[in-house]
Amino acid sequence: MSALLELDGAVARMGAATVLDGVSLSVRAGEMVALCGPNGAGKSSAVRAALGLMPLHGGAAKLGGEDVDRLSERERGARAAYLPQERHIAWNLPAIEVAALGAPFLSGADALDRARKALDEVGAGHLAERGVAEMSGGERARVLLARALVVQAPLLLADEPIAGLDPDAQLLVLERLRARADAGGGVLVSLHDLTLAARVADRVIVLNAGRVVADGSPIEALSPAVLRSAFHLDGIWVEAPDGPLLAARRLLQV
Amino acid sequence: MKRHLSLNLGLGATILLALVGAVLFGETALSAAQYGQALADPASGPGEVLWQVRAPRAVCALMVGAALGLAGAVLQGLLRNPLADPGVLGVSATAALGAAGAIVLGAAAIPGLVESAALVGAALAGLLLVAVAARVRAPEALILFGVALSSFAGALTALIFNLSPSPIASAEVMNWLLGSVQNRSWIDVAWVTPALVVAAVFAAGASPGLRMLTLGEEAARASGLSMGRMRILALIASAVAAGAAVAVAGVIGFVGLAAPHLVRAAVRGDPGRLLWPSALAGGLMLVLADLAARLMPTDQELKLGVFTALVGAPLFALIAWRAAREWRL
Repeated sequence: MSALLELDGAVARMGAATVLDGVSLSVRAGEMVALCGPNGAGKSSAVRAALGLMPLHGGAAKLGGEDVDRLSERERGARAAYLPQERHIAWNLPAIEVAALGAPFLSGADALDRARKALDEVGAGHLAERGVAEMSGGERARVLLARALVVQAPLLLADEPIAGLDPDAQLLVLERLRARADAGGGVLVSLHDLTLAARVADRVIVLNAGRVVADGSPIEALSPAVLRSAFHLDGIWVEAPDGPLLAARRLLQV
Repeated sequence: MKRHLSLNLGLGATILLALVGAVLFGETALSAAQYGQALADPASGPGEVLWQVRAPRAVCALMVGAALGLAGAVLQGLLRNPLADPGVLGVSATAALGAAGAIVLGAAAIPGLVESAALVGAALAGLLLVAVAARVRAPEALILFGVALSSFAGALTALIFNLSPSPIASAEVMNWLLGSVQNRSWIDVAWVTPALVVAAVFAAGASPGLRMLTLGEEAARASGLSMGRMRILALIASAVAAGAAVAVAGVIGFVGLAAPHLVRAAVRGDPGRLLWPSALAGGLMLVLADLAARLMPTDQELKLGVFTALVGAPLFALIAWRAAREWRL
């Protein structure tokens, strides 16, 4: 079965900087893949390139086996849902209307119906009629997650969806993404929290300076050597009742 | 849905009342008998006043206001900025520059040429704005760019005055820059109405994309809707509407800013649903403003553009104040 998402030797530049330097990765159905790496490693660029939002200077990006550049906007939107890191919502729409934006090609009533279910799914059903400008950051994050769920695409790409959220909201977001993968969807999520990444993901891909430096089961990919070279951490994994726990400290600069 | 329909119907009904008021009242006081005569015989003296002077003027104000309200709503949605407006962003000034240039070059003799020059000016400004908006994310920066564009177009218009050999042409340009629907006829109405219809059709096409853009550029681009197509539709809609308004009535500021602001809460912020109420609110505002300007006991009639600027500039400051607080969050 072909991958839902594939980057094949993707090269992308922003000005003089090479942000993706031959990145190859894939996401299959039923799989939740965490994309990890320090700031500036190319996580967001990889996600954007996969969606065709960033021009490639080499290599290829494929959604559902087809080159993303050859897909129409509508086909792209049907193959992949995108939850960007940016949570600014320009106007004070009610939550239900924001969530309904996930289904722009459905009739108004059907879209609202889906939106209501998705809001319930993320525990924000009670916020349906509230304006998003009157919400906390955590509430807004739930509404935007609901919007991405409404798309019902086979693939979901989430760029640092838990940044800036409280622990409860972080776990809720990851739980919902996990549920998507368990239901047969493919999920690619970029994360800074390595412990959470190791707990929720089937596979971890580590990027550093625009290159894939590890790709495998979480503990394998986040090996002490990778933690050291990519993250400048001196770390080990400790087995805890709820899953592995990263015990790490900063490497002293030599 | 029902709520939005009743909002539009309510605005429509208020517009009808305002139009009736604008036809009935004016500088020339008419007796009851004269009103009767005007109604019975449109060709009579009082009939001429009502149907050939006041009515086209009021309808012209309605159309120009609606065009500005629509252009403002489209631009605010496109730029995701409550301070966007054809005046603030330099679209009006650039349209005015086009028209001023055409007048000085003697194009006024050829029907439609000045109007077309205004439209071209508006379209150029729209292109520039969209190009800048694609690269600049901070809303403040775009407003500053608009201010610069507006100032530059204003400077070029001043240069035209400066170098114009004919004081008559200069006076004509000046008169026109102040913005007015005085002495407008049904021909002017016939000019602005199709432009407004065209703008409305394009705006309707842009409406779903404008709504999606609420989520931000990135999410909208990955949503399945074509943002490129939407941008072009929105650009044409706002340039045609603002250009037509300037072509017929000169520069009338702040209607495009205030109209969306007045009805935004009623549509709960939705930039797609905002379009029609904003157009209606803009039309209503300008009919009332023109009536107020006519009824002011001044020796020289107050120009509509002057009046709206007097009311609109403080409103702009107020909206900017509120928006600045939101951006800081």
